[in-house]
Amino acid sequence: MSNKPISTGSEWTFELIQEYDAVIADIAQEFRLDTYPNQIEIISSEQMMDAYSSIGMPVGYHHWSYGKQFLQTQQNYQRGFMGLAYEIVINSSPCIAYLMEENTMPMQALVIAHACYGHNSFFKNNYLFKTWTDATAIIDYLVFAKNYVIQCEERYGVAEVERILDSCHALQNYGVDRYKRPSPISAAEERARQEEREAYMQQQVNLLWRTIPTSEGKAETRQQPRYPAEPQENLLYFIEKNAPLLEPWQRELVRIVRKLAQYFYPQRQTQVMNEGWASFWHYSLMNELYDRGYITEGFMMEFLASHSAVVFQPPYDSPYYSGLNPYTLGFNIYRDLKRMCQEPTEEDREWFPEIAGGDWLDTLHFAMENFKDESFIQQFLSPKVMRDMHLFAVFDDEDESEYRISAIHNEPGYRKLRALLAEQYNLSNREPNIQVVDVDLRGDRALTLHHRRHNNIPLNNDAEEVLRHLHRLWGFDVHLHSYDGETLRQSYHLPPADTSAENVFEDNLKFV
Amino acid sequence: MINSYVIDRRLNGKNKSAVNRRRFLERYRKHIKKAVNEAVNKRSITDMEHGESISIPSEDIHEPVFGHGQGGTRTTVNPGNKEFSTGDRVRKPQGGSGQGRGGQASNSGEGLDDFTFTITQDEFLEFLFEDLELPNLVRKDLKQMSDFVYRQAGFTSQGVPNRINIVRSMRNAQARRIALSGKSRRRVKELNALIEQEEAKDEALRDGQQLAQWLEEQQRLEAKIKRLPFIDDFDLRYNRSEKVPVPSNAAVMFCLMDVSGSMTQNTKDMAKRFFLLLYMFLRRNYEKIEVVFIRHHTSAKEVDEEEFFYSRETGGTIVSSALRMMHDVIKERYPPSAWNIYAAQASDGDNWNDDSPQCKDLLANYLMPLVQYYSYIEITPRDHQALWYAYEDVRAEHPEHFAMEQIIDPGDIYPVFRQLFQRKSA
Repeated sequence: MSNKPISTGSEWTFELIQEYDAVIADIAQEFRLDTYPNQIEIISSEQMMDAYSSIGMPVGYHHWSYGKQFLQTQQNYQRGFMGLAYEIVINSSPCIAYLMEENTMPMQALVIAHACYGHNSFFKNNYLFKTWTDATAIIDYLVFAKNYVIQCEERYGVAEVERILDSCHALQNYGVDRYKRPSPISAAEERARQEEREAYMQQQVNLLWRTIPTSEGKAETRQQPRYPAEPQENLLYFIEKNAPLLEPWQRELVRIVRKLAQYFYPQRQTQVMNEGWASFWHYSLMNELYDRGYITEGFMMEFLASHSAVVFQPPYDSPYYSGLNPYTLGFNIYRDLKRMCQEPTEEDREWFPEIAGGDWLDTLHFAMENFKDESFIQQFLSPKVMRDMHLFAVFDDEDESEYRISAIHNEPGYRKLRALLAEQYNLSNREPNIQVVDVDLRGDRALTLHHRRHNNIPLNNDAEEVLRHLHRLWGFDVHLHSYDGETLRQSYHLPPADTSAENVFEDNLKFV
Repeated sequence: MINSYVIDRRLNGKNKSAVNRRRFLERYRKHIKKAVNEAVNKRSITDMEHGESISIPSEDIHEPVFGHGQGGTRTTVNPGNKEFSTGDRVRKPQGGSGQGRGGQASNSGEGLDDFTFTITQDEFLEFLFEDLELPNLVRKDLKQMSDFVYRQAGFTSQGVPNRINIVRSMRNAQARRIALSGKSRRRVKELNALIEQEEAKDEALRDGQQLAQWLEEQQRLEAKIKRLPFIDDFDLRYNRSEKVPVPSNAAVMFCLMDVSGSMTQNTKDMAKRFFLLLYMFLRRNYEKIEVVFIRHHTSAKEVDEEEFFYSRETGGTIVSSALRMMHDVIKERYPPSAWNIYAAQASDGDNWNDDSPQCKDLLANYLMPLVQYYSYIEITPRDHQALWYAYEDVRAEHPEHFAMEQIIDPGDIYPVFRQLFQRKSA
């Protein structure tokens, strides 16, 4: 094919962006990349910093922690410690992608391919996003949340609202349902149902805390049913529904933080897959543009330089090493899948009989749509990728003075290595497993939580501080027991059980 | 199929984070204030007007979350193996977990940098002068009412061209045109219908005379409609504004500085820093305030800002000369009925012995009844001087309106300044 290059200089214009986008869109369609409509927004670097500090959301409620984020970004940027990301993309429909005005034309094209067709198609087709998020509703919900928070601030004061939000933020990783399917969020319904819900929820809570004694004598001996009947993993949900002392508006704030945490949960579960998918497609799309003569050699050189920076993986002993680069890992897996389909080896036929020699586009779409990081790695990480990346597993026991290399990229090690890496991306292992197990309904209303240790790893030093936040929301005593298997290793109590009464009182004053 | 929209957002506001930033500053007010206080004493006297870099210990702004702590057993997968085989053992680095687990650093503060950011000059000054005020400021002279503000007060049919309200005027013009042409337009419509009807008829059946008459009338009416002026004099409306008197809280600050020979370069420098701080505070927090600079040795002289801060003239010491001068200036230009009068005096306290009683007399009998607040700072590392003891009597008589403090080294300047102008809770 001999098309005329779309542009030769490095300056971008709106017309050029549109032209590139149109060509990329055509090619993307040939590869069956199914996307939401794109809304490409050109912004300045200052605006990019704003976007950064509000986790990329175009609207957000006000909170000091976003201000902190902003100051940090600003400081780092101005001192030259970090460059800004080339793009931010938002899981919404239309899919909003921010392009920075400082970027050159090749960079803009790269970003369009990466965000507007890579990430966008991932958002639309991966099963987690399909089940957990409603892309058409998120912007409206954010606006609802922002306005609701402002209303509360006007009515109850900024400080009051901030206290609740602080506490919710401390628990937001525990504001998600890991197993249940959520109901989609919709701003219109939220608004309509909100008042109704306030009244209803309060009533529910009251029902739970009803203290009218049942038939005398018998009540004492009868076995109280345990509450909650099953351990609850979604702490914020549990608080929203059961905390005895929260005002209706406070419950609504808990709900907002919880809903947003839920919305971002799929992104945290699919980092490798998502970034890998976007990188794979910007690479493929740009190469396709080049092959068809739409872009020049110089353009391609600049693209390749940026691309290799994105998928650069420093080795473990490099001063730049900060863990596995999700872009690299994901990119390598997808690319190897394509290779296995097109040029299968003996090894591939043995390890992936159903993939080797198959249709690469079918295989890739299937892999993208139906997995999350953990299962994706377990399913598709091939020996070749492990070899190419020289992966090895290090076992660390706090009681020993040496690390042990438990597996490397060789025949006996492949399966173990793959399983270990998949485990490493299992969010339930990355975060401590903490659940509500009991509420003392008839007694002091104390809330008891259990921490099930993973490999006997204890909680971090923040635990006590987080418990204070939980205590603030719950309003009564909170106990947290940390178990390794069946052995109780450590207990936290709030207010602390072992200090004198006076100290407890002071402690309460500080944080309640 | 076009499925993408490109939008230029660069012109949208870039300060979306302003509120959040503000919230953050509010929350860590205490830390920032401390840093500002330290900074102000370190800076040179001419260098007050720019921002400041603030550091807050990381653990103070840490947001806690549940996470894995140190300990237990864990396995990490890393890239870039060169020399290891399965079963190899590697000695752990001394002091901490090190390898493999980046970002696992504890929040105990060790090894973590302080959180550093920059506040602007404006914010710097705001923190610097927070909670300060001129004491006893009252509104004077409600009767004379020499101050006015203009307030929007409806619309009027008379006015000057630059106050024309275009929307109102055009609305009137349109209403007038509609009203005046209504009858004609209705008739034109009728005629048009009739003419059309007539013209549709067969030529033989047409009433030529009638048609001509109608056409003539139609043209006449259309010309009439056209003649209506698009805009007329009486359509015009002007924004009306009203003069509203406001009570004045005019204030004047007298800065009295001793520049006698006994003041060393060092003490002069401190005095200047004090006055500079005062001057900036007044400029920033009070829109309308006049400042009178008086420097004195054996004789007093009213000078401008430039000379006050930078002139090198010097001589002996007669403090009362400055007080007398101040009294003269008040009588001449600042009637106490209309002005809040303040004074700040700085000296090393080294005065002619028989002059101090005079100062006390002047102050107690002539000046104190006129001023809202008089502050005296004595800049000396030595014991209190004669003037201090003389002033102590004045303080005893006017505890609400007179204050004095001693400054020993530059570090005292800002705390003393704060103390003198601390906002008193009502």
